[in-house]
Amino acid sequence: MRIVVRLAEALGAESLLDVSGAHIDSCLFHGRASLDFAERLVEEGAEVAVPTTLNVSSLDLLHPDLFRGDAEHGRLAARLMDAYVSMGCRPTWTCAPYQLEERPAFGEQVAWAESNAIAFANSVLGARTDRYGDFVDICAAITGRAPAAGLHLDENRLATVVFRLGDLPPDLLDSHVLAPVLGAFLGHRTGSRVPVVAGLEEPPGEDWLKSLGAAAASRGSVGMFHVVGATPEAPTLEAALGGRPPVEEVVVTLDDLRRARDDLTTAARDTLATVSLGTPHYSVAEFGRLVEALGGRRVHPDVDMYVSTGRGVLAEVEERGWAGKLQEAGVQVVTDTCTYVTPILADTVGTAMTDSGKWAYYAPGNLGVGVVFASTSECVESAVAGRVVLDELLWAPAGERFGDG
Amino acid sequence: MAEVPLVQVAVPDGGVTGEVLRLDEPLSFWGGLDSATGEVIDRHHPQSGTSVAGRVLVMPHGRGSSSGSSVLAEAARCGTAPLAIVMVEPDAIVALGAIVADELYGVGVPVVLVSVDELAGLSTGGRVHIGSDGSVLRL
Repeated sequence: MRIVVRLAEALGAESLLDVSGAHIDSCLFHGRASLDFAERLVEEGAEVAVPTTLNVSSLDLLHPDLFRGDAEHGRLAARLMDAYVSMGCRPTWTCAPYQLEERPAFGEQVAWAESNAIAFANSVLGARTDRYGDFVDICAAITGRAPAAGLHLDENRLATVVFRLGDLPPDLLDSHVLAPVLGAFLGHRTGSRVPVVAGLEEPPGEDWLKSLGAAAASRGSVGMFHVVGATPEAPTLEAALGGRPPVEEVVVTLDDLRRARDDLTTAARDTLATVSLGTPHYSVAEFGRLVEALGGRRVHPDVDMYVSTGRGVLAEVEERGWAGKLQEAGVQVVTDTCTYVTPILADTVGTAMTDSGKWAYYAPGNLGVGVVFASTSECVESAVAGRVVLDELLWAPAGERFGDG
Repeated sequence: MAEVPLVQVAVPDGGVTGEVLRLDEPLSFWGGLDSATGEVIDRHHPQSGTSVAGRVLVMPHGRGSSSGSSVLAEAARCGTAPLAIVMVEPDAIVALGAIVADELYGVGVPVVLVSVDELAGLSTGGRVHIGSDGSVLRL
């Protein structure tokens, strides 16, 4: 409680509010401080007071052989996981707790950590959480209280920056790859303000919004965004803005998006060692699209292909008979963790490809790999071909495309 | 809503004095800072490769991953944390890392807020004194 109160004071909150659930990020091992903190709580007999889910950890408990880190590090990471489970947290081990059956309702006050989950809870579910970090997430779960501040409060949830989509090629507007690229652009230009996206003709689905939020939260500090006609607090642009004029209005051009896309690529585009999908954790629908895109083909023997997901989603994927197909295709499914937070990749020297703005952003620093960011279908085609295969046509202005005829 | 206090995380009596590292872009500590060395490892960051250890870290606001608190606390444990952090906007993730470093190890990383204009006056290499009232004085 002392930590919750100290944080409330720092944020200038006059009071605390009740939360009805929590999602904990502190279970990912970052060094001795992670463990010292958790084991101190366990020693003092702490237990969570509200239903609490756990984020990714450093280990894949279902496929333990995938861990390539040093054994001592692995043991400490496992102790950390045990500590959180012993406090009554559910061993969900996913960064996409919004893909679990029970998820917060519209307007529900919760305390979530994990930047992509925070963005999703606020924006897509309409639940309310501030941008919580490690340590306070578990303190809020134990006390059932959080500072009445930030995105818990009505006035801080209104958009102040409008991003209006300019004249973009129709194929790009239809492609899922727009989400992480637009997210990265938004994150860079928004800082910690609340953005609203206007100008999408078709309301995008949850996986699209997940990718946008994850990229925006990594490239910036976006804890909440609106998409007009798609997210629950933005039935109209006026509603998202709360009737106030925006502080800034940005027209998003094809050039902006191409630059944002290019910024996510750090490697030369020739040889290919790794393809990593599933950041944030792949959903059942995304697995379905992946199986379809592979179409019975095998991943090239020189390429390792990984897909990260939650164990709950994997169970569903197994039930649908897709897990066997992925195994036959040579795809390694990773659960409970993610390929960019812990040593799993067999090859960190060759180029890695991903369809995730978040993975592209963090992997070069965390793993030392060079990354090529691309669409899911480009990633799949490249995995099969054994080299980087890109479809530049998707990014060509509408006019130029006829010339290619 | 009460006012956000300028001193987010306490400055020790007598204040602290040190050299400024002003970041051109906000830094996510997780994925951006190596807690073992204090080096900026975000390869997209303009100051990638710079060390934050023992310097007064100046940036407009926090950024990115919610694991940043853990990395800051671990850096404090390893002795590679910034001497102090100066920002314009309050940030729960940064504040939390500093609060837990204090609770667990008694290592203070003071966090104070300044105005946009004051921030603009702080440049890398300059020396500042941060008073226990949160005032930031250029030396």
